[in-house]
Amino acid sequence: MADAIERVEGRGCVLRGDDIDTDRIIPARFLRCVTFDGLGEHAFEDDRKQAKGDHPLDLERFADASVLIVGRNFGCGSSREHAPQALRGHGFRAFVGGSFAEIFRGNCTALGLPCLTLAEPDLAAVMDSVEVDPQQRVVVDVRARSVSCRVGSFEGDMPDGAREQLLEGSWNATAVLLEAGDAIERCAAALPYMAADAR
Amino acid sequence: MATSTGRSLLHKVWDAHTVRELPSGQTQLFIGLHLIHEVTSPQAFGMLREMGLPVRFPSRTFATVDHIIPTRSQQRPLADSLAEEMLVALEKNTAEAGIRLFDTESGRQGVVHVIGPELGLTQPGMTIACGDSHTSTHGAFGAVAFGIGTSQVRDVLATQCLLLERPRVRRIEVTGKLCAGVYAKDVILAIIRRLGVKGGVGYAYEYAGPVLDAMSVEERLTVCNMSIEGGARCGYVNPDDVTVEYLRGREFAPSGEGFDRAAAHWRAVASDADADYDDRVALEGADIAPSVTWGINPGQSVAVDERLPLPADAPDDERASLDEAYAYMGLRPGEPVAGTPIDVAFIGSCTNGRISDLREAARVARAGRVAPGVKALVVPGSQAVARQAVEEGLDEVFREAGFEWRQAGCSMCLAMNPDKLVGREVCASSSNRNFKGRQGSPTGRTLLMSPAMVAAAALRGEVADVREIL
Repeated sequence: MADAIERVEGRGCVLRGDDIDTDRIIPARFLRCVTFDGLGEHAFEDDRKQAKGDHPLDLERFADASVLIVGRNFGCGSSREHAPQALRGHGFRAFVGGSFAEIFRGNCTALGLPCLTLAEPDLAAVMDSVEVDPQQRVVVDVRARSVSCRVGSFEGDMPDGAREQLLEGSWNATAVLLEAGDAIERCAAALPYMAADAR
Repeated sequence: MATSTGRSLLHKVWDAHTVRELPSGQTQLFIGLHLIHEVTSPQAFGMLREMGLPVRFPSRTFATVDHIIPTRSQQRPLADSLAEEMLVALEKNTAEAGIRLFDTESGRQGVVHVIGPELGLTQPGMTIACGDSHTSTHGAFGAVAFGIGTSQVRDVLATQCLLLERPRVRRIEVTGKLCAGVYAKDVILAIIRRLGVKGGVGYAYEYAGPVLDAMSVEERLTVCNMSIEGGARCGYVNPDDVTVEYLRGREFAPSGEGFDRAAAHWRAVASDADADYDDRVALEGADIAPSVTWGINPGQSVAVDERLPLPADAPDDERASLDEAYAYMGLRPGEPVAGTPIDVAFIGSCTNGRISDLREAARVARAGRVAPGVKALVVPGSQAVARQAVEEGLDEVFREAGFEWRQAGCSMCLAMNPDKLVGREVCASSSNRNFKGRQGSPTGRTLLMSPAMVAAAALRGEVADVREIL
């Protein structure tokens, strides 16, 4: 079993904007590799170059942040796990946002990185607070499905399955799936196309 | 069986593949077909080795090389040493595990979402996963197909299963008939424009209605391919006679009596007439025009005879996105999209790199020559598509019109190979994503449209209405 993840606590980094896709998080040219090593330094590389030091990931005040606070539909597009791997490599351990693309969120769970969604006004309050006071601690509480910072504690949302996997330390799903044992073969044998396969 | 309401295809397939349900509500779902490629699989094999686990059902995984393969020369070793290393890893991993690899020597290589269907691997009623978001493509057969990350590729290799939450189902009916010059690409762009790029999160899309019924399998593949651009992890069309006839005689489809038995199963998996849906949406096919994206996500499209939207008219929470898109694209609100100059024209990809796409583009290409200064390339989706096109003389049609005719691969859809935009070039593209930097230049710009519209833009040197040429 992997480590149980009950909460992530640390500084926040605010990255505004909706529909930030995984091509922006990690441009495709960095996917020409056979390991996930060293992706962290290339997170948001093209956006950061164009922002000339003004990108949230480059701002001194957000240095060493472990909670990335984002808008809606974060991580849309390509299924590349390189995206959460790059963000983890950069130092992020949890994501708080308006909403997350499904494959991205699934990839994060598989890496033990919680993704918590907040209602629009609560998200705006957290973003504003962290921008004004980036030194404060932001707490992502997986059990309570909440985010706390200086302006208050906000109840958010996280799918039951992901929450349980994080809390139980079963986010590396392979071990859980193996527990089914022969039931996998029994399910397969009942499928018409698998029977045809066997013939 | 006496039930008050019928079941959708998604429910039927999900239930048949459920190994067990976990207390959290997640399903352990058996995956009938697993497709892998060189980009998202090497790390998964590495994890498997670390865990000391074998591949559980090697005969249910098939591999090909598509993202990194050059389209000009595929001679080994590949010129890009990183690409070569990835290809070598794929060869080694598949050989060790006993997984079948369709490499460039096989005559069956191509974009993974083009070869699965054409080889008959993709069949109705299957669950299909691949470490690639466009796996939704395979839903065109009435399969439940979705993209996964690399850790999940590991899960499938080790257990042939995934841990998932069952999506809700939204039925999208396209009524009436499409007008001439309007293609499957325009239908899915219209759907995404209507429902938004996040409208499908948490849903599977069931595409239905007379327009889908009248489509070929290849057209349905185009529609399902871009489900993920609408936020839906999977999209599907119920299997019918068109599906069954497409599969007859395909290499990996059953044959003889087995085919008839399979066909009966395939038809039975279609949604019941009284199936219950979580949501329903209808669009009128006759209202759909040839479409072009102008922004930085696939929901930002207009009809070719429309003007670009005014940010002032947009809802408050969308204005920032529009402003960002205009700033990146260098286009002006209120201008007509037709007449936007282009530098590059790309025909290909898992969205629109099939033989029917090339035939339609060639019809347009016959009407003229690529405009001076425009670089135009045609990249068949697979070696089989390339062979068919050559047999029909389409390669010659394209070459004579000034297009480059390339070899099968993902090419300029995502720029993991030598085919890339340079600087701020504008590309009329038959691919699926117009994200910032998607086509390889951090400042490159992409206008998505149907292959016939790309060909029209190539001839005119600017966005043009294909209906004026056909």
